[in-house]
Amino acid sequence: MRKLKELLIERTLLSSALVTIAVTVGIILVLSIQAFAFFSEVSIIDFLTDTKWTPLFTEKHFGILPLLAGTLLTSFIAIAFAVPVGLSISIYLSEYAPKSFRRTIKPALELLAGVPTVVYGFFALTVVTPFLQGFMPGLSGFNSLSAGLVMGVMIIPYISSLSEDALHAVPYSLREAAYGMGSTKLQNAFKVIVPAASSGIIASIILAISRAIGETMIVAIAAGQQPRLTLDPTVPIETITTYIVQVSLGDVPHDSLEYRTIFAAGIALFAFTFLLNTLSYKARKKFQEKYE
Amino acid sequence: MNNITKNRLKNNAFKVWGIACTLLGLVLLAIFIGSILMDGLQRISWEFITELPSRFVDQGGIFTALMGSVWILVLTTFIALPLGIAAAIYLEEYSKKNKLSSLLEINISNLAGVPSIIYGLLGLEIFARIMQMGASILAGSFTLALLILPIIIVSTREAIKAVPKSIRDASFALGASKWQTVYHQLLPASFGGILTGIILALSRAVGETAPLIVIGALAYVPFAPSTPMDQFTVLPIQIFNWISMPQHGFEQNAAAAIIILLFITFAMNGIAVYYRNRWQKKFK
Repeated sequence: MRKLKELLIERTLLSSALVTIAVTVGIILVLSIQAFAFFSEVSIIDFLTDTKWTPLFTEKHFGILPLLAGTLLTSFIAIAFAVPVGLSISIYLSEYAPKSFRRTIKPALELLAGVPTVVYGFFALTVVTPFLQGFMPGLSGFNSLSAGLVMGVMIIPYISSLSEDALHAVPYSLREAAYGMGSTKLQNAFKVIVPAASSGIIASIILAISRAIGETMIVAIAAGQQPRLTLDPTVPIETITTYIVQVSLGDVPHDSLEYRTIFAAGIALFAFTFLLNTLSYKARKKFQEKYE
Repeated sequence: MNNITKNRLKNNAFKVWGIACTLLGLVLLAIFIGSILMDGLQRISWEFITELPSRFVDQGGIFTALMGSVWILVLTTFIALPLGIAAAIYLEEYSKKNKLSSLLEINISNLAGVPSIIYGLLGLEIFARIMQMGASILAGSFTLALLILPIIIVSTREAIKAVPKSIRDASFALGASKWQTVYHQLLPASFGGILTGIILALSRAVGETAPLIVIGALAYVPFAPSTPMDQFTVLPIQIFNWISMPQHGFEQNAAAAIIILLFITFAMNGIAVYYRNRWQKKFK
C-alpha cells in the first residue's frame, strides 16, 4: 500500500515536470501550424528576400527583412552600450570592490532588471528622446537610438551579475599566482581572470542578446511602428515584437492571412532566441565543468 | 615614467572607471524614478486608485486595471505554484541522471529564455481559441503561469538543494519514505527559499504587458472583473494605453499609474530579499 502511494506521488511529480516539455512542444506546434498555413500563401523566398513589410496595406508585401533589421539595430545599440558597462561593473565588483560594497550593490543593480519594461518604454519616450534631441536636432520622436540605449540599461544586470558570478568562481590560486609574478589588479583581471572565466562571460552576453531581441514593450513604445530597411538609428523603425503587438491591438479577423503573419514573425523570433539560448546554455555548461 | 608607475596608473584609472560604471546604472535608476515622481505624484489621490477609468484626462482612475492585476496575480499563483514546486521536487529528489533528466534540464533553461511575447502567441492559440476561454482572466493567468513556471522551478530547486544532506539521511534512518522526507523535512526546511523565488516570479508577472496584449486583453474595460471568465485589463496595459494617447495630459496619468506599479514591484522585491536573508542565515 505504502509503495503504491509512493509510486503514485512520483508519477504525479514526474507529470508536472513533463508539463515543461509540453509547453515547448506546444509553442513549436502552434507557431509552425500557423506559419505553415502562412507559407502556403506566401512563398518563403519572398518572406526572406522581399525588402518591404506591408501586410496591413492594400498592396501587400511580406518581407521579414525590415522587421529583422529593426530588431537587430535596437539589439545592437543595447548590446554595444551594455557589454562594456556591464563587464566593467563585473570586473570591478569581483576584483576591486570591498565585500560589503559588493553585497549591497548587486541586489540594487538587479532591481534594474526587475523594473517592468513598459516603464522603461515610458522613460525612453518621455525623458531620453527629448534629452537626446537637445543635441541631435534631426532625431525623430520615435527612434531606435533611445529605445536601444534604454534597453541597454535594462540588460546591464544580466551581464554584470552573471559575469561576476563567473569571475568569482575562478579559483583563488590563479590570482595568487598572478600577484606572485608582480602583476597589478588590472593585469591580473584582464590577462588571467577574464580569460579563465571567458565561457561564463560569453554565456551571459549571449543571454543578454537573446533578451534584447525578444524585448517588446520598450521598442513598441519608443522605436515606432514603421517597418523600414535601414541602419539609421534616428528614424522610426519596427521590430518583430512590435509588429506582433501592433496586430494584436488591431481588429484583424482570425484565420486571415494578416492574422497568420504574427505567427510567421513569431517563429522567426523563436528560432533566433532558441539558437542563442542553446549556445548560452552550452557555454555555461562548459564553464561549470571547468570550475565546479 | 617607468613601467611600474605606468601600470599602477592604469590600474587606478580602471578602478575609477569601474566605480563610475557601477554608479551609472544606479544614477540612471534614480533619475528615472525622480522624473516619474515629478510627472505623476500630483495626479495620485485616493480617487485615482478607486475610480473607474474615464475618457477625460483629469478624471477617473485605475480601479479596473488594479483589480485585473490582482485577479491575474492570484490565479497565476494558483496555477503555477503547485506545478512548479512539484516539477522542482521531481528534478531535485527523484530523477536519476539519464537522458530524460538532461532533456528536462535543457528544456527548462531554454523556456526561461523564450521571449514573453511568444508565450502570448501560445496562450492566444491554446487557451483563448482552442480551449475557448477568449480574452478572459483565466486565459491570461494560464499564459502567465506558463511564463513564470521555469523561474519557479529553477529557484525552488536551488532552495531544496541548499538543505543539508544530513537532514535527508536522518529522516531516512528513522524509516521515513522518500515522500515523507520531502513533505515533512525538505519542504519546511526550504520554505523561505521557495517563497523568495515565488515572490520574485510573481513580481515579474505583475509587470508583464506583451503576452496579455497578444491574447487580446483590452485597453479599456468599463467595469472591474467579477469572475475568471470576464474580460480584463491590467496595470501595465493601462499604462501602455495612456502612453499611446496623443494628448499630453495622459502622460501624467501614465506616470501616476507607473508609480503605483513600481511600488508594487519594488515592495515584492523587498519582501523577497528580506525572506532570502532570513532564510540564508538558517543554514550558515
